[in-house]
Amino acid sequence: MNPEPYINLDRVIHEKGRLFIMSLLAAAPELSFTELRDTLAMTDGNLTTHIRTLQEAGYVAVTKSYQNNRSHTSCALTPAGRKAFADHINALEAIVRQNKPQ
Amino acid sequence: MNANWAAENLQTIRTLMERATVYRRALAPLMTFSGVVGIAAAAVGEAKHIHDSQTFARYWMVVSLVAFGGVMLLIRRQALRDGEPFWSGPTRRVTQAVAPAFAAGMIAGVVFAWKVDGVEWTPFLPIIWVLCYGCALHSAGFFIPRGVRLLGWLFVLGGGGALLTILGRDWLSPRLSQPLMGGFFGVLQLGYGGYLYVTERRRSQA
Repeated sequence: MNPEPYINLDRVIHEKGRLFIMSLLAAAPELSFTELRDTLAMTDGNLTTHIRTLQEAGYVAVTKSYQNNRSHTSCALTPAGRKAFADHINALEAIVRQNKPQ
Repeated sequence: MNANWAAENLQTIRTLMERATVYRRALAPLMTFSGVVGIAAAAVGEAKHIHDSQTFARYWMVVSLVAFGGVMLLIRRQALRDGEPFWSGPTRRVTQAVAPAFAAGMIAGVVFAWKVDGVEWTPFLPIIWVLCYGCALHSAGFFIPRGVRLLGWLFVLGGGGALLTILGRDWLSPRLSQPLMGGFFGVLQLGYGGYLYVTERRRSQA
C-alpha cells in the first residue's frame, strides 16, 4: 500500500467539523457565520473555535462589518485554503482508488 | 482509516457543497403574497373590464412590478432577521436562473403593450406569461427544493393546455384573460403558499 495519500491528508482540514466548514465555503464565494452555524447545526462556540483554527492556518478569511446596525461576520476561503482543500480531496480520492478491488 | 472512511468523507463533502448553493429563504410568505396580489389584481381587472390587449399588458406589468417589489421587501426582511446578506450567493444564482425566462415574458409584455391592437389577441399574453413563469420556476428549482420544479411543470403544462383549448375554438374571448391570470398567478401560487406554510412549519418543528 502506498502511504503517500495518507501523508497528504491535511491535518487541519482532517477534523470533521473543519472539513464540513471548508466544504461549505468551497462551494460559495462567502458565507455568513449564521449560515454556517445553521447549516452545520453547530453551537456558536464550536464554530468560532473551528473558524479560528482555520484562520490561523491561513485557510479562511473572516470579515466583520455592520449592516443596519447589526454586526455581520462572513467567512471565505483564502487561495491557500482553496488549494489545501483541493489537495485534501485529491488525497481522499487517491485513498479510495488505491483500495478499490481490482 | 480506510477506503470506506475516505469515500464517506467525499460523499459528505459533495452533499455539503450542494447544500451551500441552496436558496434558504422561506418561500411560503412569498408565494402567498404573490397569490393574493394575483387574485386581487385579476378581480380588479375583471371589474374594470380591462380586456383590450394594450391596457391588459400595461395593467399586469404594473401589477407584476408591485408584486416583485413586495417579494423583494419580504426577502430583505427575512435576510435581516437571519443576519444574512440580502444579495447572497444562492440569491444571485436563483436570479441568474430565472432571468432569461423573465426577460422573455417582459419582452412579450412590452410588445403587447405597445404593438398589438385589439382584444382578440389578449388571451395569448397570459398564456405566454404562464409558460415563461413555469420555465423560470423550473430553472430556479435547481437551487430551491420543496417542489418548485414541480410547480414549474404545472405552469408549463397548464399554460400549454390553455393554449390548446384556446386554439381549438373558432373565437377568442378576451374575457378569458383575467381568469387565466387570476387562476395561475393567484390561485395556484396561493395554494402552493398554503402547502409550504404547512410543510415549512412541520420542518421547523422537527
